[in-house]
Amino acid sequence: MAADLVEGRPAAAAPFAIELKGISKAFGPVQANKDINFAVPKGTIHGIIGENGAGKSTLMSILYGFYKADAGQILINGQLTAIPDSQAAIRAGIGMVFQHFKLVQNFSVLENVVLGAEDGALLGPSLRKARAELQRLSREYELDVDPDALIEDLSVGHQQRVEILKALYRQADILILDEPTGVLTPAEADHLFRILHGLKAQGKTIILITHKLREIMEATDHVSVMRRGTMVATVKTAETGPEALAELMVGRKVLLEVEKPPARPGEVVLDLQDLRVKDEHGVERLKGVSLQIRAGEILGIAGVAGNGQSELLAALGGMMKATGTALLNGAPLPLSGRGADGQSRRHAGIAHVPEDRQHYGLILDFTAWENVAFGYADDPKYQANALFLSNEALRADTARKMETFDVRPPDPWLAAKNFSGGNQQKLVVAREFEQNPKLLLVGQPTRGVDIGAIEFIHNQLIALRDAGAAILLVSVELDEIMSLSDRIAVMFDGRIMGTRDPATTDERELGLMMAGMTAKGEAA
Amino acid sequence: MDRLPKWADIVLVPFLSLVLAAAVSAVVILAIGQDPWEALTVMVEGSLMSAYGWGYTLYYTTSFIFTGLAVTVAFHAGLFNIGGEGQAQMGGLGVALCCLFIPWPHWSLALLGAALGGAAFGAAWIAIPAWLQAKRGSHIVITTIMFNYIASSLLIYMLVDVLRPKGEQDPATARFPSVTNLPKLNELPGLDLLFTQEVRANVTLFIALAAAVAVWALLWRTRLGYAIRAFGKSQPAAKYAGIDATRITMIALLLSGALAGLMAVNNVMGEAEKLVGNSASGAGFIGIAVALMGRNHPIGVVLAALLFGFLFQGGAELGLWTKIPIEMRIVVQGLVILFTGALDMMVRMMLTRIFGLFRNPARAQGAA
Repeated sequence: MAADLVEGRPAAAAPFAIELKGISKAFGPVQANKDINFAVPKGTIHGIIGENGAGKSTLMSILYGFYKADAGQILINGQLTAIPDSQAAIRAGIGMVFQHFKLVQNFSVLENVVLGAEDGALLGPSLRKARAELQRLSREYELDVDPDALIEDLSVGHQQRVEILKALYRQADILILDEPTGVLTPAEADHLFRILHGLKAQGKTIILITHKLREIMEATDHVSVMRRGTMVATVKTAETGPEALAELMVGRKVLLEVEKPPARPGEVVLDLQDLRVKDEHGVERLKGVSLQIRAGEILGIAGVAGNGQSELLAALGGMMKATGTALLNGAPLPLSGRGADGQSRRHAGIAHVPEDRQHYGLILDFTAWENVAFGYADDPKYQANALFLSNEALRADTARKMETFDVRPPDPWLAAKNFSGGNQQKLVVAREFEQNPKLLLVGQPTRGVDIGAIEFIHNQLIALRDAGAAILLVSVELDEIMSLSDRIAVMFDGRIMGTRDPATTDERELGLMMAGMTAKGEAA
Repeated sequence: MDRLPKWADIVLVPFLSLVLAAAVSAVVILAIGQDPWEALTVMVEGSLMSAYGWGYTLYYTTSFIFTGLAVTVAFHAGLFNIGGEGQAQMGGLGVALCCLFIPWPHWSLALLGAALGGAAFGAAWIAIPAWLQAKRGSHIVITTIMFNYIASSLLIYMLVDVLRPKGEQDPATARFPSVTNLPKLNELPGLDLLFTQEVRANVTLFIALAAAVAVWALLWRTRLGYAIRAFGKSQPAAKYAGIDATRITMIALLLSGALAGLMAVNNVMGEAEKLVGNSASGAGFIGIAVALMGRNHPIGVVLAALLFGFLFQGGAELGLWTKIPIEMRIVVQGLVILFTGALDMMVRMMLTRIFGLFRNPARAQGAA
């Protein structure tokens, strides 16, 4: 590969593209970054890995001028550089590709690239210049995007390429990517890494922030591990392995594989026939989904985000109207109108860990004990009398749940927003799992959750399965689906592409199905 | 992010905001060539240094508690009811009809009946905006403020063409029967020792305080209040929990309108003893500031209502005893609202920085 040639090039006067010295940043009592020192050699891919809340995003925000460090120095190409805002970061040659794209949906690719980097009051010359430049960049880096396509018509993978093009158009030499593969299919992710290697071959420096150990191992030259605001290690990727990195991240040994006994499926709990859902714009998001889940089994739904999984959970959780037929333990489950709301679903024995805990699962301003009542405020055990809720009973129940599910800190009075992502999720999980549901809906159970908590949540899911619950698991993490599910259904474009046994399928086959192809490679 | 200790947030921030508002008011008074110290003395003496002054202050306070609570209840459902003025005027109509057309045997029953009437009319007046908000998503701010104008016109029509006694020039109802007149504070056993002369504040004050307790219990002790607050904090989450958006919107707004309507018991039945035009005289709008300053908590609302009662009465005294025009009280109120409401964050940020300087770094690490 061309990268070898670059690495053979003699180091210039400034061998490091970025060098951070003693960077510290505190938010009130929370020390987000503590005396961070690290350096990224030019023309390499450098991974930064760490649990949620380890300080990766803060560090990158300092580098991109969103935050000002309390102490420390930033050297770009050996030059001491002040980065008070993102304009300064761009001038210093730093480009950032955010996890959530910052694109104007109804602008063309070209217009998005030029936006904010226009040369003058008239758009014409800028656009002409940008078009030529885009064509050059596309050719050079395998970044094929039609400059006249509208963003809203592009796939997520292509949108991400536009973000990269934006950075390159602004002459970025250092590219920071924040969790870039979270929304990509395995194939798209592979393509992204090919692009990144191409960029590296041209002498660009890349910083890759991720929590996926596999990507670090595949794509990076060096990897830095962050834990609780400090940089605990920087190592050559070739000289480490996933287990060692996981241990560095968490500070103790971690089981990466889930251990589970074989499932003993019982009666059919949920029987769905031809489920259809339209969103508020009248676009059909579920196009006839039929599936069955039995007691004591986990049905995993694999798929790239946005292919109907969210709507499936929402319809079953009573948050979206649907058509079709649904039977819960043989009894009809209303899909619209009376009896199709979240409250009725809970009464029917359906618990729901929503995909987005901060948006749906919790009221962030409420205390932990108020959140434990969320959705279950009418539970008889929480009533003091006919008129009033028993806050004492709620607090006692919360304290007990916090102990069982190891929520830290175990303080029922703390507002939900002041817990870490993992502990917020444990709060939701504690509330929903403890209802002993017949059917459990789980969306992205470990999104933004640290490795230690992932292990815990996975074990709880298995325990609930073995206690006889039917579990519908939606996750964009293919590894999670493969290790937890007893059966895997792949969703694409609002349909189930097929159901596979995790023991006999592999990532390649599922990846193809997730992209809308059957195993033989034909488009569906 | 940096956070203030709770006591500083609740006590120090509003206090400093008030000091700043007072300081700027002093500058304004200086600028019109008057003596700010004299102004402050007159205000304090006229509103707080005599039973008479307290009577007026508490009378205004009573009205502001009701309208402040009205804004508070809606606020917790994430809705901004700025139609308290119109709802209070309509409440006045309900109170007047109850007092005029029902033969009451005793003032206590009349009070109960008029309270129900005022609350029902206030609630009815927000029912259409509430329905439009719940079903059509028409913004409650726009619709309630439009309903203020309709209320005002409707009231004038009622007073001029329907309720005005024959031969009267004044667009007002007849005096209410004397059996419906509410006892003033000086007429109550026990309180007559404190209030040695006739004062304006009346027994409605206790209804206002009871309403504050009831609102607190509703919001923080009942399932309904829990649903209201959850809905107000996050509508998507409320949907997830199965909280009925239409039902909560309607209930919260009807309660809000009823509280605003209750205010009429104080000014129409307790004080004017007849219904006149523009009877709410701005109390509906003051309620917004009261709720804002009271941090949308009933205790805060009562305290803020007391402050605005003081400003109202003190401002009136200014107009009486000094060369400072009575309009000055609008300026002072405006400054108080500006500093306690709009510029609240400014004070908070300054304080946060000061507290940050004194914070013990060792403790900071432990908390992380």
